[in-house]
Amino acid sequence: MTTQNRPLSPHLQVYRLPLLALLSIGHRLTGLALTFGTFLLVWWLVAAATGPEAYATVQGAISSVIGRLLLFGWTLALFYHLCNGIRHLFWDAGYGFELKAAYASGWAVLAASVALTLLAWVWGYAALAGGAT
Amino acid sequence: MSLRSPLGRVRGLGSAKEGVGHWWAQRLTALSLVPLTLWFCASVAGLAGADYASFRAWVGAPVNAGLLILLIVAVFYHAMLGVQVVAEDYIHGEGRKLAVLLITKALAIVLGLAALLSVLTILFRG
Repeated sequence: MTTQNRPLSPHLQVYRLPLLALLSIGHRLTGLALTFGTFLLVWWLVAAATGPEAYATVQGAISSVIGRLLLFGWTLALFYHLCNGIRHLFWDAGYGFELKAAYASGWAVLAASVALTLLAWVWGYAALAGGAT
Repeated sequence: MSLRSPLGRVRGLGSAKEGVGHWWAQRLTALSLVPLTLWFCASVAGLAGADYASFRAWVGAPVNAGLLILLIVAVFYHAMLGVQVVAEDYIHGEGRKLAVLLITKALAIVLGLAALLSVLTILFRG
């Protein structure tokens, strides 16, 4: 059988997704991750309403290494989803569709979400140090 | 009884049977969550390591309790709508899709109610 150089659909194992596609699927993935993050929010509030022991259990879980890693991931996911969500709202209003503008806003979203995450954690550790003294 | 013609109804509501209601609700909750999320993140960062008494004092302040209630309603409504879209896109069996959608909505209501009642308990019991 002779094979000719016919066009092929993207081979997903070797095809490098463009930035805009990664940002798009990233919005959904972070949205799902944040939905699971609401379990922590509810646990935290319910524990605070229940009593000091329940609240201490949550604080212990959050301040463990795994807890902090999860919280850091959720912070990054939250700021990414927030910034990219604003980008989507601009698209909904009809602005920023040109390829150049879409790439520029995409990079801006990535930079802003990293910067806001670091800011929140610096702020958090500053509060932690201030509260301990 | 509706006075709209069948064609008019179809044009207004489309195949989703609810028009653009879902789309609008997702955007309006997104818009309201922009300031609420920024307030929440700044507050939680400031509350890092807060003990039981100071956390309850923060939740129990009326302004914080009010903003938390707005945040909880918007978050669970927005999350429910978002998961619904993802489920409708990627789950192809009708039965499984319906099951996931029902579980999503039930969880959003139960978790949202648990969070709301916790805030109200702290607000009114002090």
